[in-house]
Amino acid sequence: MRIPCRTISKGYAEGELIVSRKNFSFLGDVDPESGLVKAKDSDIYGKNISGKIFAFPTGRGSTVGTYVLLRMKKAGSAPLAIINEKTEAIIAVGAIISDIPLVDGADLSKLKTGMKVVVNATEGYIEIPDWL
Amino acid sequence: MYLSKEEEKLLESDNETIRKAMEILVAIGKIFDADRLIPVKSVQISGISYKNIGDAGLEWFESLNAKFVIKAMINPAGMDVIRWKEMGIDEGFYRKQMRIINALIRLGADKTLTCTPYYFDSLKKGDHVAWAESNAIVYANSILGVRTNRESGISALASGIIGKTPNYGLHVKKNRSPTVIVDVKAEINSSADLAMLGYSVGEKLSNSIPYFIFRNSIEREWLKDLGAVLAAKGNTALFHAEGLTPEYGDFEIDSLEREVIDELEEIEFDCEPDLIAIGCPHLSSSELRQIADLLFRNDKKVRKDVWLFTSRRVLEENEDVARKIESYGVKVFADTCMVVSPATENYECVMVNSGKALTYLPKHAGVMVKFGDIKECIKEAYR
Repeated sequence: MRIPCRTISKGYAEGELIVSRKNFSFLGDVDPESGLVKAKDSDIYGKNISGKIFAFPTGRGSTVGTYVLLRMKKAGSAPLAIINEKTEAIIAVGAIISDIPLVDGADLSKLKTGMKVVVNATEGYIEIPDWL
Repeated sequence: MYLSKEEEKLLESDNETIRKAMEILVAIGKIFDADRLIPVKSVQISGISYKNIGDAGLEWFESLNAKFVIKAMINPAGMDVIRWKEMGIDEGFYRKQMRIINALIRLGADKTLTCTPYYFDSLKKGDHVAWAESNAIVYANSILGVRTNRESGISALASGIIGKTPNYGLHVKKNRSPTVIVDVKAEINSSADLAMLGYSVGEKLSNSIPYFIFRNSIEREWLKDLGAVLAAKGNTALFHAEGLTPEYGDFEIDSLEREVIDELEEIEFDCEPDLIAIGCPHLSSSELRQIADLLFRNDKKVRKDVWLFTSRRVLEENEDVARKIESYGVKVFADTCMVVSPATENYECVMVNSGKALTYLPKHAGVMVKFGDIKECIKEAYR
């Protein structure tokens, strides 16, 4: 099933989803070297976002988070792509300068951790398995 | 968001820096429902401290390959670029910080590193800019009537490369209307009183557009300190002050909620200062002369570490004054300040005259703070 989204940072990725229902700050919530989520109050605490397609409602916190995303990309620990409900500038700018595909406008309720999905941020859609 | 044909072309530019800059502005425009891009007169780029952005940020700045098409100014860095050793900054930090600064200068930025770009840009009411440092933003919007949103370092940089910003938020006149009246019945006698007022009400006014009414006459320059602390405490980007700021008469205020301040709150900060730090925001020429005057009246060397912070340009314009000040054992640093420099962390208790420094130092530098106006700060220096 194809879900139309809004392009924020162009690119294409396919992989396994990790979904958080909470707003995320790249400064503080994640260990940039490993991609492990270290915020104890997060619903994905202890899980790894590295190499996954990371879906969460929106960003929060310090603008330094932009550079954390870039640092993760360089360290090879960044997510493959990001899906937001409604994105904000820290995540958007971080994704653009790090060449990480980012779309928003997606209904996260259809997305579940472990699903295999396609993110085509250039054309503005995500694809989830048809049998859902 | 509407894009002209030329703007569309920039999204397909062969130059990656220009393409990314345009993508950033378009993304922000989408996020905030901007209708189009508008030209800006200048940009001010924050978030350049190596302490904050690290190697990832440094390498990104160095990878950029374009030229600013409008005036671009840079926020203070972690050290005085000439006297960094005297501040106790180590060479490793110095080298990395210089690489960031040089990368921006290569893009065509002005060499003056300052949080007071408003002293160096001739702007008039209604002009649009894209500034990123919080006190500069609130000063531009409130005291100059110049329009800017709260930019990040990178969005300001992108605007510098494209010369434009998305049209939304405070660029649009109707969004500049006051949202609450703050009726200050307490007597205000100095910029320090305004800093204290801002310190106590800043959080409550968070993200609002206050309209201040002062009952006694106050000097317009004092508003600089009020804005700085309101921004630090509550992200305020714009306030109006009756009879003082350029847009106060432009809006209907009759139906607004009214907050009355009968007296200034006494806030106790008690520690024994081992550093007195003045210049947040960076000192103007007249503030520098005022301090020189106070020292001259005592006419002897200070007994504690006293650091003043200003911009390189104000320092160069006031060489004699600075030399006089230094003859009393006070150091006048440029390019940096007590809030962004890691040097402050070497002290236990820092006395300041700034509500903004008072807000940030305990959190960012892990030091205790004490507050006083400029006179009290200089008095403390002789204790």
